[in-house]
Parts: sequence; structure tokens; C-alpha cells
Amino acid sequence: MINSKITNKVAISFIRILAGIVVLILAFLVGYILIKGLPYVSWHFLTSPSKSVSAGGGISGQLFNSIYLLVLSLLISLPIALGAAIYLNEYAPKNKFVSTLRNSIEVLSSLPSVVVGLFGFMFFVLKFGFGFSILSGAIALTFFNLPILTSSIENSLAAVPNLQREAGVALGISKWETIIHVIIPAALPSIVTGIVLASGRILGEAAALIFTAGQSSPVLNWTNLNPFSSTSPLNPMRPAETLAVHIWKINSEATIPDAVQISAASSAVLLILVFVFNLIARRLGNVIFKKMTAGGK
Amino acid sequence: MAENVKEKAILTTKDVRLFYGKKEALHGINLDFPETGITALIGPSGSGKSTYLRSINRMHDFTDYVKVTGEFNYNGQNIYDPNTDLTQLRKNIGMVFQQPNPFPFSIYENVAFGLKLDNKLSKIELDERVETALKQAAIWDDVKDRLQQSALGLSGGQQQRIAIARALATRPDILLLDEPTSALDPISSRAVEDGLVEIGDKYSIIIVTHNMQQAKRISDRTAFFMDGNLIEVDSTKNIFLYPKEKETEDYVSGKFG
Ligand SMILES: Nc1ncnc2c1ncn2[C@@H]1O[C@H](COP(=O)(O)OP(=O)(O)OP(=O)(O)O)[C@@H](O)[C@H]1O
Ligand SMILES: [Mg+2]
Repeated sequence: MINSKITNKVAISFIRILAGIVVLILAFLVGYILIKGLPYVSWHFLTSPSKSVSAGGGISGQLFNSIYLLVLSLLISLPIALGAAIYLNEYAPKNKFVSTLRNSIEVLSSLPSVVVGLFGFMFFVLKFGFGFSILSGAIALTFFNLPILTSSIENSLAAVPNLQREAGVALGISKWETIIHVIIPAALPSIVTGIVLASGRILGEAAALIFTAGQSSPVLNWTNLNPFSSTSPLNPMRPAETLAVHIWKINSEATIPDAVQISAASSAVLLILVFVFNLIARRLGNVIFKKMTAGGK
Repeated sequence: MAENVKEKAILTTKDVRLFYGKKEALHGINLDFPETGITALIGPSGSGKSTYLRSINRMHDFTDYVKVTGEFNYNGQNIYDPNTDLTQLRKNIGMVFQQPNPFPFSIYENVAFGLKLDNKLSKIELDERVETALKQAAIWDDVKDRLQQSALGLSGGQQQRIAIARALATRPDILLLDEPTSALDPISSRAVEDGLVEIGDKYSIIIVTHNMQQAKRISDRTAFFMDGNLIEVDSTKNIFLYPKEKETEDYVSGKFG
């Protein structure tokens, strides 16, 4: 009796220590990046364009590009991933073919992003002639993102107990309506977590974008909202360096005198961006949950 | 076969056989149910009670290796007719499961759910139906002040009564319950039982239970299943006091099972 109590206590303390170490490392990392970077973050830094040889540049273009690419690639990949996951988990027969498909998707989700980038470069940039562009980047990110999102959404759906499906069907609700109004809302918190994690990876992604969205940010005219004009920020055919790529580039090329400060500040901004996105996604998740569970009208 | 329903039956089943793959799990069940009153299905584990119950509202449809044969007649309608409107059928024959399984919505939305999707009810009608269903399930007083709170925050017994209200809200004729109180403590069980007794004179209720006391307390008729056969069906009093079959007597007196 006493022995098992002691072992129990030791085990719990041990687990606590491990958890503490994780928290400490995380706090150190976040703290370090913020303390190093935040002093250089100013309104001017966020809203002025980057400079290529002199000091005092900002990150307005890169910041916008990161968000724009994230939104675009989610707009493309989310509906596809959701559909695929619903099919795989709710409708697909349990046979060899489907389980092979499922396994391939899991393998794809660990594909190195450099490979995705080179593939995107060969196909979309060169072969299809999209050039270094937001479009090429968004498609590459979709390739990169789709398997991850599909498996995470599928897992979220699979975690909803079968009882919920039976309960819906027993109420005389069709299978499809049960999925839309019961299963997806029940899985929504975990689906949102999956989206947030995938988005974090997109925001931090550099390798897949260097070869597809490019490393330059043309001068943008923020008042030009015509997506076909070359100076418009919305133009999907223009090259678009993201924050993560910017950090990588100024560190590897260092043509600007204040590279250290700018990359520290950019890192801090990137971190905050991920955090803000996280909050927004969860809020949105709550709103969607309310809408969906309000009964389909 | 012992006595079946004398008054008008709302549901008659004849020679029901059910196969899980090659294995026959029900060996020709003949059982009728009156328009009102509570029928208890009792019998040892694995005797086919759940299998039979789930065949009534066609819950086996989703398991592709299950085959059902026999006659199922609900109000003059063949349940297994390929043209049966399953949505309507399942609104007419409600079901409550062993585990409380509220949807992750508010209490109100849980009960209104089956109504909202295809009935064009006004908000007032909807409120009325929800209130009536909650009252019938004997849970109204517990929840009337927190209808907008999540049903997940309720106790197991309350959740189970919400599940009953949810099934009642679509105004079924028949309510199927598969061991609805086996996951509940005695006090919650009693609350659910009281709710059922209260509505027993308006609906045809079919309840699977392992609890002999419960069957005695609430049911008007009892059907005893064993090894995929219906051994005997009679008034609850007769089953427990004057069983005709040896197996029934052994089971209700606790000799096995
Ligand atoms: N999905 C299934 N696939 C194959 N066999 C099954 C399946 N479900 C039940 N069976 C078998 O059918 C028989 C009847 O099972 P059923 O669940 O109907 O019994 P029950 O009377 O409800 O038992 P319990 O009191 O334990 O709930 C059992 O032999 C069981 O093993
Ligand atoms: Mg059972």
C-alpha cells in the first residue's frame, strides 16, 4: 500500500517536472523572440516597405503577403480537405483501396516542404508559366497543407462517438443532415485546432515558398484594388515574399545594415501573427458552431 | 404461443429472423404491441433483445452484413417496404439508447433538433413542442430556467430524460428504449421510470431492461427472450407470478442469467 503510494507520488512529480521543462523551454523561446524583436517593432516598421540595401526598411509587403497567402491557401485547401475527410470517415467503404488511400495521405502529410517547393517550381512556375507568383505559392501551400488538414479533420470526425450518429439517425434525420448538424459541430473544436496548427505551419513556411512565391516584393500601391493590375496587392500573379521568407533572405544575404534588428523584429511579428490568427480562428469556430447548431435554417 | 395483444395493435411483427452474416440471431419472433402501455423485453445477455428492438426502426440498415426477414406492420404499413419514408418512420418510432447521448448543443436545441430540420414550425409552436416534450419526460422543472445552457452540463439521469424528450418532441406513436437506465444511479433511474410511467397511457413504449424490479414496477406486459427466441409474453404479473414456461420461471426467479 505505502509502496504504491510512494511510486505514485514519484511518478506524478516526475511527470510534473517534464511538463515544467516543456513549459520553460516554450516560455524561454517565446520570451527571447519577443524581447529581442519587440523593441524594433513600430507602426512605421509594420507599414513601410522593405529596403534592399539601406537601413530603416519595414515589412508591410511581407506582412500582407503572409496573410494573403494563408487566406488563399486555406480557401483552396479547406473545402477540399473537409470534403475528403467527410467521405473517408463517413461514407468510404472499409476496403483495401480506401485504407491505401488513407495511408498515402498520411505519408504525404510528412512530405518535406522543400520537395513540395521544387515540385511547385517545376510545374506551376515553369511548366504552367505562372511564374514566381502568389498563385504558384498558394497552390504549393495547398499541396503541402491538404494531406495534413485532411488527416487531422478525419481524425476529428472519427473521435465523435458513433452514438451521436445513431442518435441523429434515430430522430429521423438523414445521414447527411446528421453529419452537417451534429457530427461536424461536435468535431468543430478539434477541427479548428487542426486548422490553427496547419496555419501555423503555413505562416512559418519558407522552403516551399522560396521556389514558388519568390523572394521579391514589388512596390505595392495599397489603394489599387484591381486584382489584374501589377501594382495591386491583390494581384495573384505578382511575386510575393512572405515574412518567413524575408527572415530567411535577410539572414542569408545580409545586404542591409540593420538585418539583425529587422529579422528579430520580423520574428516577433510572425509569432504574434500566429497567436492572433489562433484567437481569430477560435472565435470564428464558436460563431460557426452557433450557426450550425441553430438547426439548419 | 402465449397471449398476444387482444386490443388493437399498433405494431405487429411476425416470424422475424435476423442474420449477422451467416449467424441467425433471431429465430422467428412473433410479437405485437398495443397502442398504449409499456412492454418490457427481458432475458439473459445475448438473447437478442437489442437486436430485435433495433430491427423495429430499421437501425440495422447501416450494418451491411445484417439481413432481416419477416413481417413488420406498423399501423398497416410495412416497415421494410423499400418505399418506406425512413425519416417519417423514425419520427413515428422514437428511440432512446443505453448511454445518455445529448448533442453538444443547448438543452433547447437538443429537444427542438428533430423538429427544426424539416417542419416549418413557428418559434411559438416550437417553444410549445419543446416545453411539452420536456414536461412529458419529467425534466421540465429541472431545466426550465436554463434551456439555453449546454445539455452536456446535465447529470446522466437528466441527459437521459432529455434524450426521451428529444424523441418525444417529434410526436412518435412508439418509443423504443434499450436499457435506458443501466448507466444511471438508482435515484436518476427512478426519475426516468416515473417519466415513462406518466406517458405510458399515451404511447406504446417498448423497453429493454435487465432490471427485474424495474420491469415489475413500470411495465404492463413483459416478453421473455432467450437465445434468439421469444419464450413467453404475457401480462407482467403473470410472467413474474405465474409463468407458463420453465425457462421463464427459472429466469425470473433468478436461477440463471
Ligand atoms: N453487430 C453484431 N455483429 C454480429 N453479431 C452480433 C452483433 N450484435 C449482436 N450480435 C450477436 O447477436 C446476439 C444477440 O445480441 P443482442 O445484443 O441483441 O443481445 P441482448 O439481448 O441485447 O444482450 P444484452 O442484454 O447483453 O444487451 C448475440 O449473440 C450477439 O453476440
Ligand atoms: Mg442489448
